[in-house]
Amino acid sequence: MSAERLFVIGTTHHRAPLEVREKLSLTPENAAALQTEFAGMSDLKEFAVLATCNRVEFYGLAANLEAAARMSDAFCTRQKFDPIEFNKIRISLRGREAIQHLLEVAAGIDSQIIGENEIFGQVKDAYAAAQARGSTGPVLNRIFQKGFQAAKHVRTHTGITEGQVSVANVAVELALSIFGSLKDTRILLLGTGEIGEKTAKAFQSRGAAALTVASRRLERAMELAGRLGASAMPFEQCEARLSEFDVVVCATSAPGHVITRTGAKAAMHKRPVRPLFFIDQALPRDVDAAVSEIDNVFLYNLDDLAKIADENRATRAAEVVKCRTIIAEKAHNLWMQVAAQVDAVGVVEAAPTLQRKEHA
Amino acid sequence: MLAELTDRTWLWFAAGFYAAGFLLGTVALLKQGRPSGVATYGLIAIGYGVQLIGLGIRGRIVGGCPLGNQFEIFQFTAWSAITLYLVIGFTFRNSLLGYFTACLATAMTLLSLAIPAWDATQRTRIFGNNPWIELHAALAVFSYGVFGLLALTSIMFLLRNYSLKAKHLGGVFSFLPSILDLDQIGVRLLGAGVVILGVSLAVGSVYWVRDFSAVDLTKLIVTIAVWLAYALALGLRLKGVLLAKRFAWSCLALYAAALLSLGPVDASRNSDKNITAQAAAKVANP
Repeated sequence: MSAERLFVIGTTHHRAPLEVREKLSLTPENAAALQTEFAGMSDLKEFAVLATCNRVEFYGLAANLEAAARMSDAFCTRQKFDPIEFNKIRISLRGREAIQHLLEVAAGIDSQIIGENEIFGQVKDAYAAAQARGSTGPVLNRIFQKGFQAAKHVRTHTGITEGQVSVANVAVELALSIFGSLKDTRILLLGTGEIGEKTAKAFQSRGAAALTVASRRLERAMELAGRLGASAMPFEQCEARLSEFDVVVCATSAPGHVITRTGAKAAMHKRPVRPLFFIDQALPRDVDAAVSEIDNVFLYNLDDLAKIADENRATRAAEVVKCRTIIAEKAHNLWMQVAAQVDAVGVVEAAPTLQRKEHA
Repeated sequence: MLAELTDRTWLWFAAGFYAAGFLLGTVALLKQGRPSGVATYGLIAIGYGVQLIGLGIRGRIVGGCPLGNQFEIFQFTAWSAITLYLVIGFTFRNSLLGYFTACLATAMTLLSLAIPAWDATQRTRIFGNNPWIELHAALAVFSYGVFGLLALTSIMFLLRNYSLKAKHLGGVFSFLPSILDLDQIGVRLLGAGVVILGVSLAVGSVYWVRDFSAVDLTKLIVTIAVWLAYALALGLRLKGVLLAKRFAWSCLALYAAALLSLGPVDASRNSDKNITAQAAAKVANP
């Protein structure tokens, strides 16, 4: 019976398609108003709201079994969403299963991209916000805090976070395997297309020393450089100045090779010690395949990057079973620790465990 | 009871710890696809301590740094490589460097223990109570340890280079340091080895200049040739001529040659085992 009092309700990307999740997405104002409404429910002793682009979940501890349904109704009313439709896509887990779900979410194994890091921070933020509002108590505090430890354990002791799974991040990871750090690494982006821009941004976010954009149309290069906080360079200078760069991201729409073996060899002659890394994201290819035969020069094309990303995805997916086993055990232990407290909530209704700040 | 253990028993134990580190690393790589990291580091550290005790006992017996025969030279070289690994290895605790170092130490210590002939003659007071000759010999053998670690980083460089060129990046390859880091560590180790061996030769040359008969010609030629070869490799690397794969292969070839040179050096010392001590005495009391 006690298991029923601890619950999670909501929906995730597994059950709700993007267009539905858009409708259910909580604005900051709606989220605040909804939480005020939850705080007013006297039988709801503790709660926390986790809202990301892939999920909206309400974790709660209630004195009776109706509280979860009323939370669900309050959410649908605020989002102007049909409750019957919501019930079709709703997850509703109780007791140990609710704890296991939280642990799986925090560890990243319930994410769209398995093992992604962002969700851990989002769960922490959700808990911190709930704590700041005073809407958590001894049970949720324990579950969330122990949950973070469990998630960290899983992320550290399994291969769930190994390898990058986006083409841009795979390119950055390869550059790290070559240069160790990007703080002295200068990037040249050839072309102004979307894929090249994404890769350039990934390099910038990982601390690349400098970014230069070159395009056959200088004004477009300057425009993109302006947006990225980079510098622009006339395309004609590329070959002559190739030796100034460590990583060259090629993403032009040129019909033939932009980088030839002779050009790459001449560049290496000027900078023999530091390796040169070409990322060819263009179709047809910008870089002559023979470039990879040069010592200390590394060339990866779009297929190579996609293959690595696929392999990493498969590796992570293979780790999910191992993660679930670890999490199931930890969730069971955690449930054993809080079950008595959860049970007591129903018995001692007159003495609520939660002292909400707004009611204090 | 521990006080009754002989130097060789301690050195067998040390070899056992290094072998355990190597085996643990192999099992971790085969079963989990990753190096055992801290565990290997710990086993190597214990082995290092045990080996230090063994070498200390041997040092007391022979009355100086235990470098009197091929067995002692191999043991001391392995110990030198481990000393450096324990200093720089912490930075690479999750990489394959510990695994390779454990492999090198296991091979060198077990090989030296398994060949009784290498330890058949225990020469005492080979340095004639002269600390400078002892320093010369200790530095020379320590530089071989440095070059041993350089050979390991060269192997790691070649593996990293292969993985990047062949696009095999998963599994054990993911635990290799970056290619640029390995290259820079290689250059620093080479520089350190050349300087240490250079200082050793400079110290030794003081006696050689005063008394040509003090040093066997074979030993002199081989040692200078090893130093010159490494110094040349360093010069070519710094000038940008010997780079990347060729640099790594050169370091490996040089280490193989350096290890092979220990045979003639030791043989020459056997032929004139008292010359050094006599020369030292002569220099000390001209």
